[in-house]
Formats: sequence, C-alpha cells, structure tokens
Amino acid sequence: MTQFIFLIIKAAIVFFFCVGLAAMLIWGERKYAGWMQSRLGPNYAGPMGVLQTFGDLAKLLRKEDVIPDTVDKPVFRAAPYLLWVPAALTMAVIPFGGMDAKIFGWRTDLVIANFDAGIVLFLAMGSLAVYGVVFAGWSSNSRWALIGALRSGAQMISYELSMGLSLVGVMILAGSMNLVQIVDYQSGAFWHWNFIPQLVGFVIFFIASIAELNRTPFDLPEAEQELVAGYMNEYTGMRWGIFMFSEYVNMIVMSAIMATLFFGGWRAPFESWNVIPGFLWLIAKMMGFIILYMWVRWSVPRYRYNQLMSLGWKILFPLALANLAVTALVVTVK
Amino acid sequence: MSAPLEEKVEQRTRPTLEELKERKARNRQRVSDNAEVMTISMGPHHPSTHGVFRMDLDLDGEVIVDVRPEVGNLHRGMEKLAESKTYHQIIPLTDRLHYVVSFSQNEGYCEAVEKLMGIEVPERAKYIRSMCHEMCRIANHIIWLGFLVMDLGAITFQQITFREREYIMDLWEMLTGARLTHSFARIGGVAKDIPDGFREKMAAALEVIPKRMAEYDRLIRNNRIFLARGKDVGIFTSEDCAAWRVTGPTLRAAGCPRDLRKDEPFAAYDQLDFNVCVEYEADVIARYVLRMNEIYESIKIIKQCLDEMPDGPVIAEDAFHVIPPKKDVLRSSAAMIQDFVQVFRGPQVPKGEVYKAVETSQGELAFYIVSDGSPKPQRLRITTPCFYHCQAMQPLLQGEMLADIVGIFCGVDVCLGSCDR
Repeated sequence: MTQFIFLIIKAAIVFFFCVGLAAMLIWGERKYAGWMQSRLGPNYAGPMGVLQTFGDLAKLLRKEDVIPDTVDKPVFRAAPYLLWVPAALTMAVIPFGGMDAKIFGWRTDLVIANFDAGIVLFLAMGSLAVYGVVFAGWSSNSRWALIGALRSGAQMISYELSMGLSLVGVMILAGSMNLVQIVDYQSGAFWHWNFIPQLVGFVIFFIASIAELNRTPFDLPEAEQELVAGYMNEYTGMRWGIFMFSEYVNMIVMSAIMATLFFGGWRAPFESWNVIPGFLWLIAKMMGFIILYMWVRWSVPRYRYNQLMSLGWKILFPLALANLAVTALVVTVK
Repeated sequence: MSAPLEEKVEQRTRPTLEELKERKARNRQRVSDNAEVMTISMGPHHPSTHGVFRMDLDLDGEVIVDVRPEVGNLHRGMEKLAESKTYHQIIPLTDRLHYVVSFSQNEGYCEAVEKLMGIEVPERAKYIRSMCHEMCRIANHIIWLGFLVMDLGAITFQQITFREREYIMDLWEMLTGARLTHSFARIGGVAKDIPDGFREKMAAALEVIPKRMAEYDRLIRNNRIFLARGKDVGIFTSEDCAAWRVTGPTLRAAGCPRDLRKDEPFAAYDQLDFNVCVEYEADVIARYVLRMNEIYESIKIIKQCLDEMPDGPVIAEDAFHVIPPKKDVLRSSAAMIQDFVQVFRGPQVPKGEVYKAVETSQGELAFYIVSDGSPKPQRLRITTPCFYHCQAMQPLLQGEMLADIVGIFCGVDVCLGSCDR
C-alpha cells in the first residue's frame, strides 16, 4: 500500500515537473530566439518575462474554441491529446536517481516504472505520436493541413527506423532494455558513458529525434513559410495551445531519453560529484540537449521533402545498420 | 575576416544555355502525364507571398503540375489617381509602389517627366541620385537576402539582416527626414543637398556592411542545407527571361549582362566606373551570388559618387517646371511666385508622349506618360518589374516541389505593392 501511494506521488511529481518545465521552455525558447536575433524576447510579464507563458495560457483558455463545420469532430477533438499523452507516459521509465533510495526516512526507487521493456515503451509511445499529427491533419478537412499530415506521416515513420536501430547498439552494450540497468551499466565517471562507444548511434539518434520532434531543419509538417501551420492549421485557442505544449513535452522526453541512454542518466560526470543529487544532474543534462535543440532550430534552414527522405533512407539508415553491425561484432569478439 | 571590397564572391561554373535547358527539363520530368491533381489556393493571406499574391496550385503530391497566378489584390488605382494630380503631386504616389526602394521609383518618374519637359538636371543632383539609387539597392538586396533565407526556414537570418539595413535607414533619415517613403527626388533634381556629417556616417556604414556581408556569406556558403535547397532550383534561362520580360538580377543571374545603368545610362551612371555583375547558373544560388556581388559594386559606386560629386545647385533653375528650393522661396519674390505657381497650378508641359525606364534593384521600372499640355498627365502608365515576375511564376514553378515555391518566389524578388499598383 505504501508503495502504491509512493507511485502516485512519484507520478504526480514527474507529471507536474514535465508540465512546468514545458511552460518554462516555451518562454525559454522565445527568450533564446530573441537573444539569437539581437532582440529582447518577452520581457513584460514578470521578471524577464517569465510569466509570459502563463499569460498566453490564460489568453488561450479564454478564446473561443472554433471547430469548423466540415471537420471530423471526434477525431479533431482527440488529436491534440494523442500527441502529448504518449510523450508524457514515456517519462515513467526515466530513472531520476538510484534504486532503493532513502527519502525522509522512507525507502523507494526513484523511477516510476522499473520494468524490462523500457526502450520498447519509449519507441512505442514515439510511434503513437504520429497518430496525433496525422489525425489532426486528416480530420481538419483542409488541404494545407492534409499536406502537413502526409509529410509528417512519411517523415516520422522513416526516421523512427533509424532511431530504433541507433538504440540497439546501447541495448547490446548494456545487455538490457531496462533503463535502470542501462544507467547502472554506465556507472562511474563520464568515460564510462555510452556516448563514447556509441558516438555514431548518438549522432543518429539526435538527428532522428529532431525529425521526430518536427523541429527545424526537419519541421516540414508545420513549415511556417510553406504550409502556414501545417497539420494544426484549423486549430484555435487551447487546442492549438496543446499542440504547442506537446512539442515541448516531447522535447523534454527526448532529451531525458538521450541523457539516460548515452550520457549516464542521473550519474555525475565524476564519482566525487555524486554528492549533488542525481535528479539535478539529469535535469542539467536535459537542459543541455534542449539548448542544443533550440540552437539548431534558430540556426539552419529547412530541408525539402525529397532531401529529407534521402537523408533518412540513404544516409542515416545504412549508418545505423553499420553501427549496429560493428557494435555487435565488437561485443561478440570481446 | 573582413573581405576587401574587390574580393568578390567566387563565381561558379558557367553552363551553356543547352545545359541549363537540360537541367530545367530534368526538374520538369517530375510532372507525370497522368498525375492526380489536387488544386490548392495559396494566398492571398499566405505569409510567404510577400503581400497579397494568390496562386492556384495544381499539386501532384509535393510536385507542382501547374500554377495560375492571380494579381490585383493590392490594386490601389495609382495610375488613375495620377491623372487627377499635377506632375509634382505624383512623386509621393510613386513611393508607395515598393517601399524598400522608394527613391528609385521617385527618380524613375522624375527622369520620365524631365525627358518630357526637356529639363537639364544639375550635375550634383545627378550624383546624389546615383548615390541614393545605390543606397536603395543595398537596402533591398540585404532585405531580400534575409527574406530568402527565412523563406527557406532560417528565421533568425531575416532578423539579423534588418540590423544591417538599419544603417541605410538611418542614412535616409539623415538625408531626407523620412525612413521609408521619402519622396526625395524632385522634377529637375533632388529636394535637398547632403547634410553635414553625412559623408562620415556613410563611410562608417560602408565600412560595416561588407564585413557583415562576408560573414553572412560564410554562414550561407558553408550551409549544406541552403546549397541543397538552392541548387538547380527555379532555373530560368535568358531565353525564358526574354520571353517573359523578366529583368534585373534574375536576368543577369541567367548570364545576360543587361543593366540599364550601363545600356541606357540615367542619373550620373555614364560618368561612374562600375561593373555589371553576371552569373550563369540561373538558379536560386546564382541569384544570391549575383546580389551579393551587386552590394559590393554598389558600395564602390557610392564611394565614387561622394568623392567625385561636383559643387553646385541640386535642382535645376527652370521657372516653368521646377519647384524652387525652400530657402529661396522665403527670400526672393521671383522664387516665391514660382513656388506658388508650381504648387497650385503645376508645371507647363509640352504635348507629347514619353517612355523612360530605369534600373531599380528588382529590374526595369518604366514610366510612360501621355501629356495633353495640361499640368496633369492624361495617362501615366507604370511598368513595374514585379508584375512580370509574378506573371512568370507559371514557367518558373512547373515541376518544382511545393517547398521551393517560397524560395523561388522570393528569389525573383516580388513586391506586390509594385505589382498591383
């Protein structure tokens, strides 16, 4: 019974952490973009404009929820949730600290779900996200949204393949799909982390994750200059807000997965630095990746559809296969 | 890190017309004969149509099968409006054609009127006009670059190019008092002489801009995505340009060295030493390289103008056609009467027709005036490059991908205010 209560508490903490961080990231990205573009960014609401997102949230909630007559209403309503609920679920398998940790005299694992198919859950939930986008585009009954949905369907499925393959190297090294055990495998200082033997896998995963997140240079589904807003063309008010929000929740999840699989999860870069709690290290690593995502987004132009496909299938996919083969060979010979 | 002015952006290969046609044909092959077409309306409120342009696109997946451009959403009846205004009053109207290159349009109109009236413009005014023309060109090309890269997806670029354009805007403010629509040219010259401190400010700006441009060039030339997005996209050969009357940088990027500054010199261009930039690849990258080189060339011209500018009046002394300088109006009764007559009645114009074209940063801008001898034109026809560029969308876009519409559309430089008039 105590374990069950702990589970609820842990889930609530992780959920609100995600939501709060996503809200801060929306502000953060705008501020970051402002700095890159030699302007101020939001600076009116609160110190440095930190309350901007909450102001926007209040505005979006008060807006009229316009649902056009010709849309497929149930699907149209469901689509935003399909995008962000699976992403948030993935946070369940991310370990935030050691197992059997002692907190205020109580003992508990600092992970919501410690089970063996962690990576599979992540990949499965990532695949579900494409439904949100495709449903939104299809049910909108708008041709611009449809083009966005089609692009996204093709893109997410193509890049999911390279993404999954790039993780197999890590699984082989750690001999497990359980994220807790993968972190354990990387115990020790930073030269024990997976990103050194799996550098190719990490780079492929990072590129594929940008495509999964629909961010520049792979933001074809919502290409502002071409499709206006792509699959979310017909959405207004808070429904649109959820799309916006889910982008950031997805970003948090992706960076958490990257930190866990390739950068030692909650472990400190040096053994002696472990006095700082593990979850702070994890958050620090996540923030590093999130800033990297933002940096890329505000720097580079966008790929064209056929170039995106040839990058995914002709470069990333063979590279991921080769990485898998080499890793398997090395592990077997050892 | 700073590039000397003489150092141009390197030229690429020089394909023949046949090779270009072959490349274009390769793009066209994407269109299959039995395509299932989805028609989609792009614009007039689409963010990337640079105004209110509308196209009906026939799409086969991502490939453009056919395009039907539609102009006129921003029609303001300028030509008709001009018929009810005196020749002096039309100058502010021409500002509103394309707000980035206001002066070029003022000047093109004034050149036409001067040709009609037979006014000799003072040398100093000619040099100031040439200088202002090149300021327009620099500002326009900088802004064009920002919009092009933004349309290809990198939004930051557009924001930082505005920073460089600001140098030119500050100079405009100093020179004319206005930043956007300055109505600086007058029939018979320009409104004011260059103010004190202008030369220094200009020198400072011309010091910074090429440095920044070299920086941007490194940023773009080393970006594989930009190169992939621009190479062999939107090929428009010199033959196509001639057939569709596409002029300016698009024509020069296709290997045809036509530039009215050299071919039919106006302002002081016959006395200035400059080169006509030419590129041969005829695609988006060629247009980009050409415009970068034109910025360097413009900087050279401005420096020459400031150095070689003779002393003298900036507006012709002509009692029947010209508004006298303001300081004379307040001191001499003859000038006051002249001012009164010019403002209330308008200039004395001979009967006749006149056509005059100038090279703006987008292409050839022409004014055709029919005069019946009254102080108001009987007909003023404005031929803007943008109209022809919009018209050429159909041959430009056929066979290209949906994502390239914005790059090509921005690449030929279209302003809808100028197109619809």
